[in-house]
Amino acid sequence: MPLTTPPPTTSTDARPEADAETGLLRPRVAMVLGVATLAALTALAILGLAVAPPDAVQGDAQRLMYLHVPAAWLAYLAFAVTAGASALWLWSRTRAATWDRLAGASAELGVLFTALTLVLGSLWGRPVWGVWWAWDARLVTTAVLFFLYVGYLALRRIPGPGRERRSAIAALIAFVDVPVVHFSVEWWRTLHQQGTVFNEELSAEIEGTMAFTLWFAVLAFTLLYVYLLDRRYRLGALEEGMERRELDAAIAERLAEAPGRAVEAAARAAETARRRAEADVEPVGGAPR
Amino acid sequence: MPTASSARPVSAPPASDSPASSRPADRAGLGLLREAGLVAGKDIRIELRARVLVFQIVPFGVVVILLFAFALDPDRGQLGRVAPGLFWVAVLLATLLAVSRASAVEAANGARDGLRLSCLDPGGIFLGKAAAIAVELLALEAVLTAAIAVLYDIDLAGAPLLVVAALGATASLAATGTLAGALTAGLRARETLVPVLLLPVVVPVMLGATRAWEAALDNTPSEGWPWAALLGLFAVLYAAVGMLAYGPLLED
Repeated sequence: MPLTTPPPTTSTDARPEADAETGLLRPRVAMVLGVATLAALTALAILGLAVAPPDAVQGDAQRLMYLHVPAAWLAYLAFAVTAGASALWLWSRTRAATWDRLAGASAELGVLFTALTLVLGSLWGRPVWGVWWAWDARLVTTAVLFFLYVGYLALRRIPGPGRERRSAIAALIAFVDVPVVHFSVEWWRTLHQQGTVFNEELSAEIEGTMAFTLWFAVLAFTLLYVYLLDRRYRLGALEEGMERRELDAAIAERLAEAPGRAVEAAARAAETARRRAEADVEPVGGAPR
Repeated sequence: MPTASSARPVSAPPASDSPASSRPADRAGLGLLREAGLVAGKDIRIELRARVLVFQIVPFGVVVILLFAFALDPDRGQLGRVAPGLFWVAVLLATLLAVSRASAVEAANGARDGLRLSCLDPGGIFLGKAAAIAVELLALEAVLTAAIAVLYDIDLAGAPLLVVAALGATASLAATGTLAGALTAGLRARETLVPVLLLPVVVPVMLGATRAWEAALDNTPSEGWPWAALLGLFAVLYAAVGMLAYGPLLED
């Protein structure tokens, strides 16, 4: 498939069957990316555990930062991709099954990385702050973010006509809500208590090796995100293709039982089924008569 | 959405006596509010006849208020301190019922198709349905306010702030609730999906309404007014989002 590398393109739109066979990336590229991701994560483990020095104040617990920070960054990236893809699906000129699938794949990864962020942050908070959880604005926002997109995924799972449209609108609503939640929670906390551990931590100078490790971690996690996104997208495409093909096969089989009908009847039925499966592309709501 | 008149032959005179062709003229401006009023009137009329609010939702809210008293020991004066939070949690839970009721009304007897065929502006339909929920919630809040005043021994100080914050929060809950109802319309899993979708979205509403009421009851209203403003902004934001999204959702 002559699909160019990173950004997903609408070129799959022209050949509906083609995108069932490929992910976002060409298989060869995906494989190379997978190997590179594995290598980067291995290097990150060595850098984070052995090369970078322990923190002067927090000791070894600080090493969790090399996972926590990139996980948080990826969660935000993933949800931004979901929102962008949903908007592109909703805009009738760019509407394509690609965007819906991409939005779903990215949201799943976002939820995964948000959960990882919360768990890692909690593990880090226990030795450093002395508590598993604090009512810090950032923590609360992240928790709400998690539940917003859990709801989105729950809605996505419900099949039926209009699923893509519902999901896309829900994704945009969640995206609009995040800044409002963050703003209100921050306001709430600053009214009550001043200064959190975060400020103190962020203003601290980060030593060279540690900074490098952190940036490297962000890079490695971004690679991981792109790789997993491609895999999840491909899986989604294959699932849809399987459903479609099973229906086509069943219809063809049924028609073959009636010998009078020629093969072309079966082909016609299969074509109708396929078109119905892609009915979301059609504009809805003609003139009410 | 194409209007009814566009389906007519081009040669037909534009202003004929049929009611359908006069529609595009009053489409803009006031027409929207009038259409919202029609939809809200319909929902409130249904409510007045079926009395779901009076016989189910309000008793539910009062029972929740009672349950909080069992969960938190009433003798140690805790109830008075956390009353605003308990009140708004009770309202939020009742909102779930009101939303599910409002979409159940549209689910039966092909009422949704009827709405689509009515040629009303989807934005107007959204505003109407949200307004009907808001009216029901305000009635519920009046009862629950009386309930906490009596049961939790609350002195209702700072009435202007209480009312304004309640209006903002109610409009926010009604707008987001109507949107959640529209997102899940026609799905079998509707009852379980609405809470999962709605509750995280309304975190700012809970926060704002509770803080504003706390400030009002503490007689420090100056701390509460910014929260009331936040509630107003939230309501406007979600009314706008809902009006934009309702059309495509109705067409499913």
